Amino acid sequence: MHIHHLLLELQALDFVLIELTLYLDTHPDDQTAIEQFNRIAKERAQHAVAYESEFGPLLQYGLSYSRYPWDWSNAPWPWQVD
Amino acid sequence: MWIYEKKLQYPVRVSKSDPQMAKFLIEQYGGADGELAAALRYLNQRYTIPDKVIGLLTDIGTEEFAHLEMIATMIYKLTKDATVDQLVAAGLGENYAARDHALMYNNASGVPWTAAYIQAKGDPIADLYEDIAAEEKARATYQYLIDLTDDVDLQDGLKFLREREIVHALRFREAVELLKEERDRQKVF
Repeated sequence: MHIHHLLLELQALDFVLIELTLYLDTHPDDQTAIEQFNRIAKERAQHAVAYESEFGPLLQYGLSYSRYPWDWSNAPWPWQVD
Repeated sequence: MWIYEKKLQYPVRVSKSDPQMAKFLIEQYGGADGELAAALRYLNQRYTIPDKVIGLLTDIGTEEFAHLEMIATMIYKLTKDATVDQLVAAGLGENYAARDHALMYNNASGVPWTAAYIQAKGDPIADLYEDIAAEEKARATYQYLIDLTDDVDLQDGLKFLREREIVHALRFREAVELLKEERDRQKVF
């Protein structure tokens, strides 16, 4: 499987969120950054639904749904993606 | 607790099989300034650091596990198609004898990872300076690794990791300032 644009977009959104998370850890009073964080977090949640409908669950322990049969164990795992 | 997410933090591509480069990259897997050491160092320091910086140590420590998976992915892709002869020529004959193509937490010279690589001093300033130094050493190692390869796809992933070390070091420096401000405020009242 080649890296899909849905995966790249998810990685891009998550990069924004991880950067804002670390920034806010040391700048907790930056209201503009928090607004941006919450806006991107919502966009990310919507994007993850689209990604999972095509490639299966990103998370388990009940944080993603499963199709039948149980699809968490399906390849490719991240290191197997070209 | 922790939740695994079934994706890499950043795409990892390589343009050729290169077991020699894989051997060098193991430094960042199980070496003194590698990603395993980083993750375990920060997450372990959380229990005795002031509340103000526990979130930062948690988040950076967690990100380090994502970096550990990226390094493993690089090593996996650089060695999966290598023959036994190619592994031996790359200096991975000893690794093959012990475990075929499997990975292990050791440095580029084959020395097993040890908790002696990390510290927890119970003093927040000392711990954060240790963390800043760790990030700067990891940044330097990534630069050396970038210099060791002409594979631009591999360099792209390594440059991402090098930049993350810079951001982490910056955030740790800011955490030092936050703690100093808090300390100074307590002196005033």
